Amino acid sequence: MNASTRLSLGLGLSGAIALIAAVWLGQTPIAFPIPNDVSTQAIVWEIRLPRALTAWCVGAALGLAGAALQGLLRNPLADSGVLGLSGFAALGAVLAFAFGVAALAPLGALMFALVAALIVTALGWSSRGSATLALIGVGLSSFAGGLIALVLNLAPNPGALADLVNWTLGSVEARSLEDAALVGGFLVVGAVLIAFAAPGLRALTLGEEAAVAIGADLSRTRLLVVLGAAACTGGATAVAGVIGFVGIAAPHLVRALAGHDPARLLLPSALAGGVLLVCADIAVRLLPTDSELKLGVAAALIGGPVFALIAAKLAERGGES
Amino acid sequence: MSVLLQMVGVSAALGATRALVDLSLSVQPGELIALLGPNGAGKTTLLRAALGFIAPQAGTVLLGDADPRALSSRTRARRAAYMPQQPSAAWPIPVESLVALGRFAHGGVPERLSVEDRRAVDAAIAVCDLERLRSRRMDELSGGERMRAHLARTLAQRAPLLLLDEPTAGLDPAQALGVAEILRVHAAKNGAVLFSTHDIALAANGADRVLLIQGGACIAEGAPATALNPEALERAYGRPGRLEDIKGGLVATFR
Repeated sequence: MNASTRLSLGLGLSGAIALIAAVWLGQTPIAFPIPNDVSTQAIVWEIRLPRALTAWCVGAALGLAGAALQGLLRNPLADSGVLGLSGFAALGAVLAFAFGVAALAPLGALMFALVAALIVTALGWSSRGSATLALIGVGLSSFAGGLIALVLNLAPNPGALADLVNWTLGSVEARSLEDAALVGGFLVVGAVLIAFAAPGLRALTLGEEAAVAIGADLSRTRLLVVLGAAACTGGATAVAGVIGFVGIAAPHLVRALAGHDPARLLLPSALAGGVLLVCADIAVRLLPTDSELKLGVAAALIGGPVFALIAAKLAERGGES
Repeated sequence: MSVLLQMVGVSAALGATRALVDLSLSVQPGELIALLGPNGAGKTTLLRAALGFIAPQAGTVLLGDADPRALSSRTRARRAAYMPQQPSAAWPIPVESLVALGRFAHGGVPERLSVEDRRAVDAAIAVCDLERLRSRRMDELSGGERMRAHLARTLAQRAPLLLLDEPTAGLDPAQALGVAEILRVHAAKNGAVLFSTHDIALAANGADRVLLIQGGACIAEGAPATALNPEALERAYGRPGRLEDIKGGLVATFR
């Protein structure tokens, strides 16, 4: 068994443990084994487990999308949030919610994430300096933010406003098993697409032309990653709102253990993203705050400094390896 | 024996600039050919045109028997291996993994190398003297070691034709000679090498043939001692220069 298989097994196991912990821990303590009364059963099966599963799927989707985008753009600072995919996905979902067609929210999130992915890879392909790429993402995110504000202003039903604002902060509170299944479905589709792109991502280590010269089909790789990342981000955002930095933190945590190989990094990144978000969600549930801290806010509070740290490290090496 | 690369009357432009002008070249198995010329002469463009990365405006390029732009990237990779100028690795992977990337077109992936893949990787590592650096990370190597690692990756591809863009740039004289020897060995095994360089002495002493270009056009072609005459050197580089035969080899001097 090689090192990256061991890594993935370890992370998968950690995910299972985190899910079990998420079911046990909370405001209402639960005895072991789970008592068979109606209220406990409801807490476990209808509240905590769906919520934890949703968190895991969202984290895995964002971790996977981050690792794939980083491989494609050869940039450890790339992820759905930084590159504006999440912002655009949120815009797509907000449009659907605001105009009363909530059922179309996942589709809207997917389509808008796809648009952002196309824009950012088209621009980021030719100018792949870390800073340039991050700036393109900042531009897209602000633009999406502006449009979301516009939609909220024009929303026909002002009562929904508070809900929508809350939702853009990112949370997995009160999600059902259907929500978990929805993001899980998007995750599976995204994972299949990205798995086919893995060899191309590995070849891209050499740079664009050298990758083609060793036999990689880059237009295919690029298309697969764009579609896969859009599916992952669209699904995650449609269900949980905007949750940033998981896509940066997860690959960063496992990169050295995966031997810095962008193909071998994909599975561990997804598994690490799942663990991270389940743990973060347990933390926000247990924190003794008056109103529960939003998961997206917590992720940003932890992820922001991690992002800055990686950026500083990159600047120190001059961005070259 | 079949021709590995044939360029006939190739002209190409990069944006509004004319990068190649009516250039012809043919590369046979066994040949070691140096591509010389000042900065911006079109050396890189020529190599990229040979791989089909840019479409010529006129003329034909044949890699083996086909236009490289009509070949799938895998088929092309089995015919020609390419090392770009200042080759880099975006991620600090180990040397061995980098070299194994050369097996991409043969279906080899680092976790599952076939016996043949492994043999090619090991041979390339041995030839490039990387044995004790196998598991070192790319970002821990010196400039010369890094260049040898990329060269090993190119060799592991086992393509008959090597197209190398300044494989000795930034190397000390001993390292540069070492690279030239590796290229000579590849050519001797019925392969062929076309490499660009600014090291006129290295080209004059090491290559079978030189192609001197300027402004995208051929100034001189042939055996180094005759092609690199004072007239051609001055036309190419804009300053009077000549090749001198001192004991043990040729040196180029410019005034």
